[in-house]
Amino acid sequence: MSKAPKRLSLTLGPVLFNWPADRWVDFYKRVADEAPVDRVCLGEVVCSKRQPFRDDVILEAVDRLERGGKEVVYSTLALPTMKREIQAIRDMIQAGYMIEANDISTVQMLDGRPHAIGPFVNIYSEDALAQHLALGATRVCLPPELPLRSIRLIAAGNDAVEVFAFGRAPLALSARCYHARSHGVAKDACQFVCERDIDGMDVLTMDGKPFFAVNGIQTLGHVVTAVTREVDDLAAAGVVALRLSPQSCDMVKVATVFRDLADAKITPEEANEMLSVLPLPGPLSDGFLRGLPGARLLDEVD
Amino acid sequence: MNAPSTLRGPELVCPAGTPAGLRTAVDAGAHSIYCGYADETNARNFPGLNFDRTEMREGIAYAHERGAKALVALNTFVRAGAMDIWKRGVDDAVAAGADALILADIALIAYARQAHPKQRLHLSVQAAAATPEAIAFYRDRFSIARVVLPRVLTVEEIARLTAHAAPCETEVFVFGGLCVMAEGRCMLSSYATGKSPNMTGVCSPPSHVAYRDEEDALVASVGGFTVERFSKDEPAGYPTLCKGRFLADGTVSHLFEDPVSLNAIELLPRLAGVGVTAFKIEGRQRGRAYVAAVVQAFRRAVDTMAAGRKIDVAELRALTEGQRDTTGAYKKAWR
Repeated sequence: MSKAPKRLSLTLGPVLFNWPADRWVDFYKRVADEAPVDRVCLGEVVCSKRQPFRDDVILEAVDRLERGGKEVVYSTLALPTMKREIQAIRDMIQAGYMIEANDISTVQMLDGRPHAIGPFVNIYSEDALAQHLALGATRVCLPPELPLRSIRLIAAGNDAVEVFAFGRAPLALSARCYHARSHGVAKDACQFVCERDIDGMDVLTMDGKPFFAVNGIQTLGHVVTAVTREVDDLAAAGVVALRLSPQSCDMVKVATVFRDLADAKITPEEANEMLSVLPLPGPLSDGFLRGLPGARLLDEVD
Repeated sequence: MNAPSTLRGPELVCPAGTPAGLRTAVDAGAHSIYCGYADETNARNFPGLNFDRTEMREGIAYAHERGAKALVALNTFVRAGAMDIWKRGVDDAVAAGADALILADIALIAYARQAHPKQRLHLSVQAAAATPEAIAFYRDRFSIARVVLPRVLTVEEIARLTAHAAPCETEVFVFGGLCVMAEGRCMLSSYATGKSPNMTGVCSPPSHVAYRDEEDALVASVGGFTVERFSKDEPAGYPTLCKGRFLADGTVSHLFEDPVSLNAIELLPRLAGVGVTAFKIEGRQRGRAYVAAVVQAFRRAVDTMAAGRKIDVAELRALTEGQRDTTGAYKKAWR
């Protein structure tokens, strides 16, 4: 006999893109007041050069979110290499925030303290998850390329697994900044050209087919992940949370759709309909979850 | 036969994609070869490559008889529900006499350390340990003896990492294919094809590559996405996703990286000077003639350095003929 699945909670992932500071602040104010999410991860994950702009306003955002009843998690840089980047992470750990580690250096510095793990750490099996749980992880957002058949095995019996459910999926990180490279400027003199593309810069094939999106040193998919048809399966598999990764569209609406879907107030078809009328940067996809190419569109697969 | 290694500078770690390739690399002067089983446990899981159990035992014996070491790569991430396949790989490689296992998955590392306490373990580049803290994580928990550093670092960063890593050794790539993304953390291939380095041990796999003629050009695609157009008079290279030409902000360019390969021979003295233990040559998928030429040239360079003389940079340049080369991220301007 199987237990009824628990209520799926919703996590708002960190803003991956370089939003202007006022947009960023306004976004979190609205999330605090209106978005039906349980947990909010924030912090600069992609590029440490953007960090000073975030640091100026982060306390205000954290305060506002906590007053709005959200659990706040500080999400760390996914590819720290410089000494000062490591030190900044160490400072946040020492400040006592709940940390979401996005690379193994951060796990090392956490030294067994309870923490979350973001989708940038390689956890592909139940055995790898067990290692991280033993090291203090209490919540783990799995890498976006994992198919449902793996998620089922990983999520069973631990109440720790979160799945990337909405937004452009992060695919890769590099030491090189492609925004700077495409604009012909050096990374060290980048003039923050990435700020122009609030959903990432579209990358098309030579024959004009949309393919990737570039966000500084990060590459994402062009399509927008929308794990709607599998929400019941995920809940039944023991997944405890869905991650919604911010895009420039109305994220309060996105969160409301996923809340209603998880509560079975609307069907997946209705959810897809509601999402697809939003001004999204690409078409909806659940290819990765189905074990297909991540670029495969929702419409192309029954 | 290998020359006696009394003048020993850095260790030269060379690719062995097949049993014949292993013998070629050993005969050409490799101090160590690296190879893997013909299954999803290794990150070069291509048809026609790699070793079955018997070939592995015989290959390792061949290397040992000639004074070379054999490093066995089991460097993919364990598939959920399939840990036994990877565990068997570890056990068989140990039984076959591997001098070290090259591992990336935290659970497999934990298993290898527990099941084979004395076995030497190396951390694969696929684990992307790019900071002193990341290296300490694996060194202090699992007694990792050597870490293969990501290709996203500058020489200055390599120097700092090598100093912090001790007693754990460092190994760096010096020649061959160049990943421009942080290794082991790249899903471009699964996005386009459903097959990825982390999950299936392949990148931009041949099964998903197609070529078609279009007017004056040969058009190469991966998973149905056009990646490169070769004009009729230029050689058609392999369409790796991150080396393709794309349209962004109104301009067509090699957005991520030009179709170049890594050649860090000019940096060997500096890398050795900062304490790097081993130089790695990429290319388990390469032909025997290529491997022989590259291994011989690098062995000469390493021996020349060890004898305190200047190395001949031009010789290796010739091997990248027809293809441009780069020192990649090792120089900061690359970023």
